[in-house]
Amino acid sequence: MGFINLFRKHNTFSHGIHPLEHKESTAGLKIRRLPFAPRMVVPLLQHRGAPAVALVKPGQEVVRGEPIAEPGGFVSVPMHAPVTGRVKAVGELVPTAEGPKTPAIVIDTYEASTQQVLFDSPRDPARLTPEQLVEAVRETGMVGLGGAAFPSHVKLLPPKGKKIDLVVINGCECEPYLTCDHRVMLEQTGKMLAGIRMVMRALGAERAIIGVEDNKLDAVERIRAELPADLDIRCEAVETKYPQGAEKLLITSLTGREVPSGGIPADIGIAVYNVGTMAQLGDLVPRGRGLIERVVTVSGHGVRHPGNYLVPIGTPLRFLLEQVEADVGACEVVLGGPMMGMSTASLDVAITKGVSGVVVFEHREQDGLDRPVFPCIKCSACLDACPLHLNPSMLGQLAGVRDYARMEQEYHLNDCFECGSCSYVCPSNIPLTQYFRIAKAVNRETRETA
Amino acid sequence: MKKVISVGQIMRNVVYALLPLCAWAVYQFGISALALILVTTLSCALTERFFCWMSGRPTTLSDFSVIITGLLLALTLPPGFPLWMGAVAGFIAVGLGKSLFGGIGYNVMNPALVGRAFVQAAFPVAITTWTPAFAPGRFVEFIPSTLALPFMSPVDTADWVKSHAVDGFTGATPLALQKFERITVDSSDLLFGMVAGSAGETAALLIFLCGAYLALRRMMDWRIPAAVFTGVVLVALPFHLYQPEAFPSPLFMLLSGGLMLGAMFMASDMVGSPLTARGVWLYGLLIGSLTVLIRLFGGLTEGVMYAILVANALTPLIDSITQPRVYGTGGGKEARS
Ligand code: SF4
Ligand code: SF4
Repeated sequence: MGFINLFRKHNTFSHGIHPLEHKESTAGLKIRRLPFAPRMVVPLLQHRGAPAVALVKPGQEVVRGEPIAEPGGFVSVPMHAPVTGRVKAVGELVPTAEGPKTPAIVIDTYEASTQQVLFDSPRDPARLTPEQLVEAVRETGMVGLGGAAFPSHVKLLPPKGKKIDLVVINGCECEPYLTCDHRVMLEQTGKMLAGIRMVMRALGAERAIIGVEDNKLDAVERIRAELPADLDIRCEAVETKYPQGAEKLLITSLTGREVPSGGIPADIGIAVYNVGTMAQLGDLVPRGRGLIERVVTVSGHGVRHPGNYLVPIGTPLRFLLEQVEADVGACEVVLGGPMMGMSTASLDVAITKGVSGVVVFEHREQDGLDRPVFPCIKCSACLDACPLHLNPSMLGQLAGVRDYARMEQEYHLNDCFECGSCSYVCPSNIPLTQYFRIAKAVNRETRETA
Repeated sequence: MKKVISVGQIMRNVVYALLPLCAWAVYQFGISALALILVTTLSCALTERFFCWMSGRPTTLSDFSVIITGLLLALTLPPGFPLWMGAVAGFIAVGLGKSLFGGIGYNVMNPALVGRAFVQAAFPVAITTWTPAFAPGRFVEFIPSTLALPFMSPVDTADWVKSHAVDGFTGATPLALQKFERITVDSSDLLFGMVAGSAGETAALLIFLCGAYLALRRMMDWRIPAAVFTGVVLVALPFHLYQPEAFPSPLFMLLSGGLMLGAMFMASDMVGSPLTARGVWLYGLLIGSLTVLIRLFGGLTEGVMYAILVANALTPLIDSITQPRVYGTGGGKEARS
């Protein structure tokens, strides 16, 4: 159907949904620093891949910014002390939003400390070779700050035989409530562009495109005004639509190309980075520092003081909620955005590198949850919503009869990236995405035991 | 963040869209039509209750879908249809057409049409006994056949019809007139429901508007009626051009009989129609063309009901051959940049 492309609206992908944005309450608020919690919890696994290995011992003093754990493999990153203080425990099992407990380094903050970062080793990124740049990125402990938390240096080393010629910078922030990327684009434009320059050099990529949803035109303007003249970087507005910020879909919106099913962007010569990641790299690499804090949007009706906070990595969620005077009684707390984020069972989890938002719902606001579930009425709303053109109705029916193998073989279950668009539109209120998550887990287990 | 429509809202709005049709049917045919509507709806509702109770499922009366079945069923029956037969039709529609499959969402065919098809076979006389619209006294007296007792020989309505008929009433529907006597009823009469026919099938324009309401509220897929209409025109037009006296015009085909009601409210029933856009077009075209073929060459005057039932039965097949092309699985999106 090539001719359909003629009618294709510029700069967008097909299907998707338009959830209410709820960004007004924080979009205009400048990034503010959150106070240091009296006790910090730094899990050793905050990213995809292998956990980091602790370098410190209980009782040891650490200085803010000091490396406290080293990478435990290629797909792994170091950790840095978020505060100056004393290590209380190493390897203590702490709860995570995902569920299973994970070992962490626990640090008691020195209250009297000024909390200055003393671990500077300044250098000029322009004089580093691409290999040295990759190593420098790895030393920062950087992972994708958009939520995926994939170690950044790994993406700088594309698989053999694959050449990256285009870097896509993701400034969509399509999740409702979240505005931290928006603020970063406005307040840290220069650092972000510096980060992009580094990544382009490390990859040897000629071009970069920054994609920003058209509900943030002020950011587009700001970025365009500061674009460097010596590099081929463009900033494009894309349609405001969920899940525009999913990397495969943003690539399609910006280039018209599709990432092959089961493949990665590198397969078509593209690497995707989040704007927040770029701004942090642009700041940290020249100074030789590690990632010890990130911008987090704290929002939702249950929060008295919503805003964009600079939060030390390892801050306990409970402490953060106290600071913003959240109503932690009868409510639900979601880490990340409400569409793809995780509803956390415990308030004792820590803010990790991948947490872009904390959204506090009062239960009645989480509408839809208490609606009765009906059988599928074949209304096809989910087919019209799925950005990957899957058939969630059929998948859901198969999940109902536990035919997980067929879901995978005939209906592309593994392409689903659990964006939640289908569940969102379903008039029968079927928790489709949840079914798919379970189906994938069961299939994975069957494969492993086979 | 939310939110979108729920099943309950969809079903409720379909009921709203059907109410004007019911009102028109009552205005046109009087208290007999009213009684028929009430009886079929009640029968459907009670049957639903009964089967839910039997199978231990929670009652789904609240979802309104069974009301829709009841209303639609009444609208497809002749206005003077004996009430007891209406009750049987309602029982079959919900019992056989829906509950046996497992309730809402699981039925393969449109329940109202299953009920209609059953009584068509069981009571062939009653279902083709048409009474005049706008009969004087229609609001105070029943059409005699309405109150027929179960399993008694059918009441002869011929005398009643004669005494109540407005000038020129022949007791035949426009489709029958056309088919057997080559008399083509004026399109404007069809548009405004000035003809004999089933209780709620006569006013094509009103049905169209009610359906359009649903489509605009996105509670019905506009592509289905559009595809049905296209199918009708595509098949009817060549015949009409070839021999205008023998084959009626596409416009007549569109406006007569149950086509409008079928296309707008029965073919478009979500449960029985395909999921994908391509599947939906295929399905609609199939219904449209089958309807015309049955009308022209079948022994029956009306084909819409069987066309939809056939298409319903084929829906799983249509679905399986029209799976959407999944993102990133080839299909010719080449580099644009
Ligand atoms: S969760 Fe999966 S199936 Fe549902 S819309 Fe997203 S990608 Fe499609
Ligand atoms: S949106 Fe829900 S009810 Fe509609 S087809 Fe999909 S799964 Fe079925």
